[in-house]
Amino acid sequence: MTTVARTPEPDYLHAQTNRKGIGAWIFSTDHKRIGILYLVSMLVFFIAAVTFGVLMRLEMLTPGKTIMQPQTYNTFFTLHGIMMIFLFIIPGLPAVFGNFLLPLMIGAKDVFFPRLNLFSWWLFVTGGLLALVSLFLPGGPADTGWTFYVPYSIRTTTNVIPALMAAFILGFSSILTGLNFITTIHRMRAPGMDWFKMPLFIWSLYSTAWIQILATPIIGITLLLVTIERLFGVGIFDPTLGGDPVLYQHLFWIYSHPAVYIVILPGLGVVSEILPVFARRTIFGYKVIAYSSLSIAFIGSLVWAHHMFTVGMSNTGMFIFSLLTFLVSIPSAIKVFNWIATLYKGSIKIEVPFLFVLAFIFQFSIGGLTGLMLGVLSVNIHVQDTYFVVGHFHYVMFGGTGFGLFAAMHYWFPKIFGRMYKNVPAFVGWLLMTIGLNLLYFPFLIMGYMGMPRRYYDYLPQFQTYHVISTVGSWILVLGIIIIFVNLILSLKKGAKAPMNPWGGKTLEWTVESPPPVENFHEIPVVEKGPYDYSEYEIKPEIAK
Amino acid sequence: MTTAAATHTHRDDVGSRMGMWLFLFTELILFGGLFIVYAVYRFKFPEQFQLAARELDTLVGTVNTIILLTSSLTVAMSITAIQQGKKHLSMMLIGITIIFALAFLVNKYFEWSHKISIGIYPQSPELLNKPPGEILYFGLYYVMTGLHALHVIIGMVVLAFSMVFIATGKINQQSYVKLEAGGLYWHLVDIIWIFLFPLFYLIS
Amino acid sequence: MSQPEEQHTQHSISYGRYILIWLGLLAFTGITVTLAGIDLGRWVIITSLVIASVKSLLVLNIFMHLKFEDKMFKIFALVAVATLTIFITLTFFDYAFY
Repeated sequence: MTTVARTPEPDYLHAQTNRKGIGAWIFSTDHKRIGILYLVSMLVFFIAAVTFGVLMRLEMLTPGKTIMQPQTYNTFFTLHGIMMIFLFIIPGLPAVFGNFLLPLMIGAKDVFFPRLNLFSWWLFVTGGLLALVSLFLPGGPADTGWTFYVPYSIRTTTNVIPALMAAFILGFSSILTGLNFITTIHRMRAPGMDWFKMPLFIWSLYSTAWIQILATPIIGITLLLVTIERLFGVGIFDPTLGGDPVLYQHLFWIYSHPAVYIVILPGLGVVSEILPVFARRTIFGYKVIAYSSLSIAFIGSLVWAHHMFTVGMSNTGMFIFSLLTFLVSIPSAIKVFNWIATLYKGSIKIEVPFLFVLAFIFQFSIGGLTGLMLGVLSVNIHVQDTYFVVGHFHYVMFGGTGFGLFAAMHYWFPKIFGRMYKNVPAFVGWLLMTIGLNLLYFPFLIMGYMGMPRRYYDYLPQFQTYHVISTVGSWILVLGIIIIFVNLILSLKKGAKAPMNPWGGKTLEWTVESPPPVENFHEIPVVEKGPYDYSEYEIKPEIAK
Repeated sequence: MTTAAATHTHRDDVGSRMGMWLFLFTELILFGGLFIVYAVYRFKFPEQFQLAARELDTLVGTVNTIILLTSSLTVAMSITAIQQGKKHLSMMLIGITIIFALAFLVNKYFEWSHKISIGIYPQSPELLNKPPGEILYFGLYYVMTGLHALHVIIGMVVLAFSMVFIATGKINQQSYVKLEAGGLYWHLVDIIWIFLFPLFYLIS
Repeated sequence: MSQPEEQHTQHSISYGRYILIWLGLLAFTGITVTLAGIDLGRWVIITSLVIASVKSLLVLNIFMHLKFEDKMFKIFALVAVATLTIFITLTFFDYAFY
C-alpha cells in the first residue's frame, strides 16, 4: 500500500476559517467546535447553579435565618433547579460529548444537519441568557420551584414568564439535537457498521434522542399554556375557572420524568463505553445492554405519575404507575449486572475515568434503589416531598450522570484537546468529589426518612446535625470539583501531548489524531470488528490432546 | 485551509425527509398535549362542552375543512409538477395553496371577531358567568385554533420561500426535497385541523 | 443502510390519483358532518375520531408519500402515534377510575 504524502493539516482547534477570532467558533458548523461551545457555555451555568447550591447549604446550617431571607431561599432553589436541569444536566452529555463524538464514533465527517446543530447551540445560549436575565427583572426571579406547579405559578408576581420561555427555548434546542442525532445515526454510519457494531454510547444517544423528540414537546405546550394563562387568564389550569391543577402535574411530568432518562441514559452509555477499555475485556452482554437502553426509554415514558402519588389520583392510576415504575428498574439493573460481569476476569487498569465510573456504579445503585423505594405506594406517602426524594435524585443525577460527565471529561480529554491531564490532582479531585458527594447526600436520605420536608427554609432542631454534615460534604465536593477543573484547564496548555490512543480503546475515535482533523477521517473507514474486541488479550487455554 | 462545513459528498434526500418527519412528530406531540387537555375536560364536563359548541358555526368550520383539504391537494400536485420539470405549474399550485391558506385565516378572523363581539373571550364578564366546562371549552378553542392558525402562517411563509426557490432554480426537477419538506409541513397543518374540526364543531 | 446512495428518480404520483384521494377526503368530511346531525349519544366521539383517522391516513399515505417511503418511516410514525396514545390512555387511568 503506497503512502500518500500529505501536507500536515491543522486539527479542528487550530484550523483557519474565513472568519476571525470568536466568529470562527460561534458561527462554526463543525460538530467538534459546537461540542466545545456547549462545554464552555454549560460550565458557566454549572458554576452559577453550584453557587446557588452552596449558598443554600450555608443557609441550612442552622434552623431559621442563617444568611438569607425565606423569599431569597425560594428563588435560590428554583434557580438551582432550573439551571442544573435545563442548562446543565439535560443538554449535558449529548450536547457536549454526543456532538463531539457521535460522528467520530460512527465514522462520519459531521452530523446530518450541521447548520441545525449550530442553531441548537444558539437556542441553548438564548434560553440560558433569558433565565439569567429573569434574575434581574423587577419582580425578582421565579420562586415556584423548577416544577412551576399551578395555581401558584399563575398567581405569583415573580418573573415566571421569562423562566417559562427560557425552558421552552431550551426544550426546542434539545428537540433539534435529538432530531439531528437520530438522522445521523440512521444515515451516516460507516460501511460495515451495522446496528450491532455501534458503540454502546451511540445506542444510549439514540435512545435518548427519541425521548427528546417525543417527550419534550409536551413540556413545550404545557409551559406555553401557563404563560398564556398568566397573560390572558384563559382558565386551562386555573381552578377558579374550572381548570384542574393536577392535570398540569400530569402534563409536566409526562415530559419531566422521561427527561430524567434523557439525563441518565447517556451516563449509562459512558459507563458501558469506559469499562471494557480499563478491564481489557469485551462488554458482557452487548445486545442486552443495547436493548436495555431502548427499554428504559420506552418504559420510562410510562411512569410519570409516580411523582404524583400524594395528590389524590385514582387508586387504579396509582397502582398502574407503581407497577410500571417497578418494571423500569429491570433494564437498569440488567446494565449494572452486565457491568460487573464485564469486570470479572478482566485485567484492570486504574485510571481516573475508571474511578469515576466505579463511583458512578456505586452511587447509581443507591439512587436507583431509593427510586424503587419511592415507587412503593406505602413508602411514598411518607417520604414524598421530603429530603428523601432530594437525596434520591441527587444520587442518580449527580452521583450518576454528573460523575458520568466527569468520567467522560477525563476519558476523552486527550482526544478532544490533544493533551494528557495530570494524574495526581485528577485522582485527588475524584476522591474529594466522591467523599463529598456521599457526605452531602446520604444524610438527605436519612433526614427525609425522618420527616425533613424539602424546599423548607426552616426546620426542627433534631435535623441540624444531618444538615451540618451535608453542608460540610458540599464544601468537600466543591473543593474536589475545583481541583478537577483547575487541573483540566492547566493541562490544556501544560499537559503532555496526547497520543492517538492513550487508553487502548477500540472505537473509531481512537483511530484519528488527538485532536482530530477538521474532517475527522482522511478516508471513511470500513468497519469489520465490533467496538470492544479485546480478543487479542484473551489467554486461550491449550486444548488437551 | 478552510474549515468547510462538512458537506455531504452524497446528497441524501431520504435523510433530509427523515429529519422533516421527525420534526413533524414533535409538532404532533405539541398539539397532542392540547388534545390531552381537551380529552380530560370533555370527559369531566360533557354536557357543558356540548352547550358551548353550539356557539360555533358548523358551516364555516366545514368550509374551512374543505379549504385546507384542497390546499393539501394543490401542494401535493405541485411536487408532481416539479418532478415533471414544470416550473411554472408548480409555482402556480403553491400560489393557490397560499391563497387557500389566506382564505382559511380570513374565515378564522371572522369567527373570532364574531365571538369577541358577543362577549366570548378570555376573562370577559359574559364568559366568567358561564359554567366552568364552557369556560374551559372556549379557552381551549382559542388556544388550539390560535396555535393552529400560527402554524398556518408559518406554513404560508415556508411555501412562499419554496416558490422563490423554484423561481431561482434552487428547487428544480433534479433537486426538490425542500419542496417535499414544505409540503410535509403543510399536510401536518391539515391533519391537525382534520382532528380539531370534529372536536370543536361536531359535538352534536 | 449506512451509506447514502445517489438519489434515483423518485416515485411520482399522478394528478388524477391525488384528485381521487381529495374526493375521498371530501366524501368523508361529508359523512362526518352528516353523522354529527344524528343523535348518536356516546358514539359521537368515537365515530368522528375514526373518520378523522381515516382521513389522516389518506393524507399521510398518499399526500405525504408515507406509503412509498422506507419501512423505517412507517415504524417511526407508528411509534409517534403510539406514544401519544399511551400518554392519553395512562392519563385517563387517573380520571376515569376511582
